[in-house]
Amino acid sequence: MKQLLILSGKGGTGKTTVASAFIRLSEAQAYADCDVDAPNLHLITKHSKAPSRKDYYGMPKAEIDPDICINCGKCMENCRFDAISANERSHFVDPFGCEGCGVCKFVCPVNAVSLHPSVAGDLMLFKEGSVTFSTARLKMGSGTTGMLVSEVKKQMKESAEDTDFAIVDGSPGIGCPAIASLSGADMVLIVAEPSLSGISDMQRIIETARIFGVIIAVCVNKSDTNPDNTNRIKDFCKLEGIPYTGSIPFDPMAVKAVNKGMSIADIDCPSGRAVKEVFNETMHLIIREGKDVQNDKNLWAATH
Amino acid sequence: MPDFTDMAAKNLKIAILSGKGGTGKTLLSVNLASTAADSVYVDCDVEEPNGHLFFKPQWNIEKEISVKIPQVDPNKCDGCKKCVEFCKFNALAYINKNLKIFDDVCHSCGGCSLVCPQGALTERDKAVGTLSVGDSEGVRVLSGMMKTGIASGIPIIKELLTQCGSLEDDRPIFIDCPPGSACIVMESIKDADYCLLAAEPTIFGRHNLEMVWSLVRLFEKPHSVVINKCVDQSDPTDEFCKENRIKILEKIPFDVELGTLNSNGKIAARENTKYRDLFSSLLEKIYREVPHEATVNSER
Amino acid sequence: MKIAIPADEKRIDSTVCQSFGRTPFFVIYETETDDAEFLDNSAASSQGGAGIKAAQTVADSGVSALLTPRCGQNAAEVLTAAGILIFKTENSSITESIADFKEKRLEQLQEIHAGFHGHGG
Repeated sequence: MKQLLILSGKGGTGKTTVASAFIRLSEAQAYADCDVDAPNLHLITKHSKAPSRKDYYGMPKAEIDPDICINCGKCMENCRFDAISANERSHFVDPFGCEGCGVCKFVCPVNAVSLHPSVAGDLMLFKEGSVTFSTARLKMGSGTTGMLVSEVKKQMKESAEDTDFAIVDGSPGIGCPAIASLSGADMVLIVAEPSLSGISDMQRIIETARIFGVIIAVCVNKSDTNPDNTNRIKDFCKLEGIPYTGSIPFDPMAVKAVNKGMSIADIDCPSGRAVKEVFNETMHLIIREGKDVQNDKNLWAATH
Repeated sequence: MPDFTDMAAKNLKIAILSGKGGTGKTLLSVNLASTAADSVYVDCDVEEPNGHLFFKPQWNIEKEISVKIPQVDPNKCDGCKKCVEFCKFNALAYINKNLKIFDDVCHSCGGCSLVCPQGALTERDKAVGTLSVGDSEGVRVLSGMMKTGIASGIPIIKELLTQCGSLEDDRPIFIDCPPGSACIVMESIKDADYCLLAAEPTIFGRHNLEMVWSLVRLFEKPHSVVINKCVDQSDPTDEFCKENRIKILEKIPFDVELGTLNSNGKIAARENTKYRDLFSSLLEKIYREVPHEATVNSER
Repeated sequence: MKIAIPADEKRIDSTVCQSFGRTPFFVIYETETDDAEFLDNSAASSQGGAGIKAAQTVADSGVSALLTPRCGQNAAEVLTAAGILIFKTENSSITESIADFKEKRLEQLQEIHAGFHGHGG
């Protein structure tokens, strides 16, 4: 299964808008939403049946039995995550701060601490005919986001074993959820925004993606909101040998489409037409994957 | 323009957050901090910090933030593997009389050094990012940046907020939070007195507002909403707020000029009176909200 | 010689698991006698560092070689430290892969992928 991952670095650049258009245009039989903190893809993709759900267990959480606790304070002293507080009666663990490391249990002289499995999220799998859509939602305040992202992809792969091509709507940022989104991806399309913040964030996500040795391509969304910055991004890509697969203009019709639960590829509008071009360019790259795409300045020229 | 210096309570901490990126957290926090004139701006989005791009501060302090990683004294290690068995993160392996430590998987809990019966494990520092402090026209800017490849920004956020706590003045503090509602967001709002939720007038915006709204209620933080980039009179997010009786403090219309200024890294409130007035009015509303909320809460 | 192969099920006629760190089982195969035994991989349900833990399990089992389609940096470090050679499987069948190994058709795994920082899959 070849995986195309859509990432952005910065939030709000249009990752999900582009991913949903790609899904429509490629008629992908398998796709996943890895933005488990704020999953949105399901709001555009249409599903008639409810998904199957599964609890996702994160790290176990510590619990202190107030009847056994002697308030010696050793647990609080040793907790590196500030997850333990105390009142006159006993010490207690803040489940949101607890990382399940087990140190408090180890240092407790009276065995008042136990570790319990804890539900950190909700995995969902939509399966209709030959189409598989995997997504999840992290319970707020949870950690181990990266692990849940991995579970979302694993669920997709297991459910769509025979599918050749999958599209993954990735996690924003550059931390563990983005890193987890990257593992297993064959190609990454970065959706950048032509703002100073957008450029800065795009550079950081490219740096992160490079560790994985995946093919990287960039496109710009809302390109006409700042043509100078869009050109800066194009120049950056040229210098770095990163293929630039196109520009999508800001389009008020896009918001209307999305609010109706449709992708921009479903209606005839400027952003819809532009995303089709970006899609074609991006797919060309995947097909030519065997060749040395990165650092191929001729290829960059050819895509323009 | 009103004099804000007396309106804010001492060291008032206002966290600006949103369930989703790109809704205007930084736009709001940067402009509000700027408008308050004598204030502190803290950028807790340590994965993708952007505030400094607007303030372009004179940096006075740059500090490396590190976490503790174990290191082994091979002469003391007798291969009992108690540390390997203890580690919940699988950051240790014992092969051929050698203890291997995997930094990138280690969560710095300190457990292995505690369990080692021979005292063979001690700790060393590993750099995970930097914290910078600077000034820009009356605003003290605190910015944290996580190194790429590191999994969690929490240690940097903790340090940023500790630095805020040790400030010797009364200035209001505007906390630019990371997007989402995961543990890094919780860490950022832990000490906040008030939360301003930025949202977009789209179905995505509503969906994500719902998530971050649950978070602020869980933490019992007084809060209100600002809807950004409004085009129509009514939208999914506005409906959601009305259904749930969440106060909408301001609806900022979609504005190409504002967007352009923002995308060029300009602080709109410093650029022209229209925006100075907009943020001034919003700031005033926030300051009026806080004592009101505090009263309501104490009556519960 | 003893070799290890990540296995999807506890059966010799099963398939090679595509993930090393989170394979549910390992088959430990003695090429001289054709004896096979199965080990549970406790790393499969780990929150993070699964490759490291799985590699420790393999290293402790006394094998000289591992046959796998892929392997991460951290796991490879553990295996190499234990003197275990890593070969890349070409076939998804366990029995075919064993035959490939016996007939010296397999090459050593060259592309060790970057550590997934505890979040691989």
